[in-house]
Amino acid sequence: MHLKKLNFINFKNYEDFSLELAEKINCFVGYNGVGKTNVLDGIYYLSNCKSFFNPVDSQNIKEGEEFFVIEGVFSEENQNETIYCGVKKGRKKVFKKGKRSYEKLSEHIGYINTVMISPIDGNLILEGSDVRRKYIDHIISQYNPSYLQDLIKYNKVLAHRNALLKQFKESHTFESSSLEVWDDQLVPLAEKIYAIRKAFIEGFIPVFDKRYKKLSNGLEAPTFTYQSHLEDEDFKNKLKENQKKDRTVGYSTVGIHKDDYVFLLNDKPLKKFGSQGQQKTYLIALKLAHYDFISDKSFHKPILLLDDIYDKLDEKRIKQLMEAVLQKSFGQVFITDTDQNRLKNLFDGKEEVKVFQIANEIPKAIG
Amino acid sequence: MNIPSKVVEQAVEEFATLPSIGKRSALRFVLHLLKQDPSDLEDLAQAILKLKNDIIYCKSCSNISDKEICDICANLERDHQTICVVEDVRDVMALENTYQYKGLYHVLGGIISPMDGVGPQDLKIEELITRIKTQNIKEIIFALSATMEGDTTNFYIYKRLKDFDVKATVLSRGVAVGDELSYADEVTLGNSIKNRTVFEI
Ligand SMILES: [Zn+2]
Repeated sequence: MHLKKLNFINFKNYEDFSLELAEKINCFVGYNGVGKTNVLDGIYYLSNCKSFFNPVDSQNIKEGEEFFVIEGVFSEENQNETIYCGVKKGRKKVFKKGKRSYEKLSEHIGYINTVMISPIDGNLILEGSDVRRKYIDHIISQYNPSYLQDLIKYNKVLAHRNALLKQFKESHTFESSSLEVWDDQLVPLAEKIYAIRKAFIEGFIPVFDKRYKKLSNGLEAPTFTYQSHLEDEDFKNKLKENQKKDRTVGYSTVGIHKDDYVFLLNDKPLKKFGSQGQQKTYLIALKLAHYDFISDKSFHKPILLLDDIYDKLDEKRIKQLMEAVLQKSFGQVFITDTDQNRLKNLFDGKEEVKVFQIANEIPKAIG
Repeated sequence: MNIPSKVVEQAVEEFATLPSIGKRSALRFVLHLLKQDPSDLEDLAQAILKLKNDIIYCKSCSNISDKEICDICANLERDHQTICVVEDVRDVMALENTYQYKGLYHVLGGIISPMDGVGPQDLKIEELITRIKTQNIKEIIFALSATMEGDTTNFYIYKRLKDFDVKATVLSRGVAVGDELSYADEVTLGNSIKNRTVFEI
């Protein structure tokens, strides 16, 4: 499946454009700040129903406008499918496949998969556990649709449970049977999600290891571990044990919403001991392993979105990667670069490559 | 909106407090009423006042009624050993319209939802347990909306029933998950109460 046609109206810095895309490789070049990344983000929107960068839909509307539309025509073996995303201020987001509006956006997840490699990937190492949890949940949702449903359910039960704990705390009351009905629902959901996350890590680590060794000439041993309250204890007991604490603080202190993944290099935490170069290699290996893993698990090859790849790799490795993405093991690829000629020279004369130059808020094909 | 009369403005404000009535519709009502005979307006005002003064809630099932015990509860031809548990009065009307159910009702007045500040103590759950304890009830039918909150309420009541010899059943769902009962069509709803199934967790 590849993106054949892309259409923006009032999305971020763009007023209106329509592009015919290459089936294999599309490069967007232009100076800093012209909105190259926004093109990739629009494609990410069509895949994930939201922005990679800004989760508030209305803030992605062009300044001074009331709405935005992103439309993409995806094609596979000459069968076309149009995906539409419309956001209007003060209205519910409309997301359509063909003529049909999705009732639940979660039904769309996994239909078109993307893997984004971006300079802000560093947040995965630097920020709190929620950023890592969200990323791993995103990967699992791409091949396991019921996982996302369970996660949504878990979060809703958790929100009710937290509201109840807060009421108990504020009114200095407690009624165990009220809490019990939520606990009884939370436990099986948590156990299911834990088992899926655990199985994911076991399957993913060898794929990741392979990618990292390829990039680093095999001298370092990368891995990451999964930490969860459900690791070594029955969750039902754990919840009971922490009930008093939960009532004191007024929210749920244990559960899979507190899980974390710890990135390690040679058994030491990457955040503290990894050099900047090692961290960058780690992140790009993680993302490429994500690509490999989803290619293997799902029906379609994901669309690869490479934003400012020169931030992470040196010339030699970029050359290797670009040679790799031209091969059959990769599907459609979108690349941005500030240097007008670098990508053009790299893909010199290759038929399956299209280069677009962005100036004055309009991308134009230049080769 | 610029209204040249304080009296009209106040009436518009009042109408606009009704569900799904905006200021424009409210103004249309008020201007329409201005053209009516005083006696018609008197009737309307009386009907509104009577709502609070004369309507009572059935002492047994909490359905709206003109008497202490509603017509459904008072009807000896109905099956007095079966209670259908519903969220509100609209659900009683929806189920009665199907002509498929001959038992009694119990109107909870909502469903458990801590996020909306609604707990078991805000609902008529204790009253239901008392009825089961004292009225020789053989079957409880759960007819709450098929949402997480509706299911949780079923589950909460079900747990309270374990000391009693009473069968718990639930509507079979031809109704799509998450739909409110009162929006289902009569045939679908009628079938779902006829083909009810044993409640399972
Ligand atoms: Zn009654």
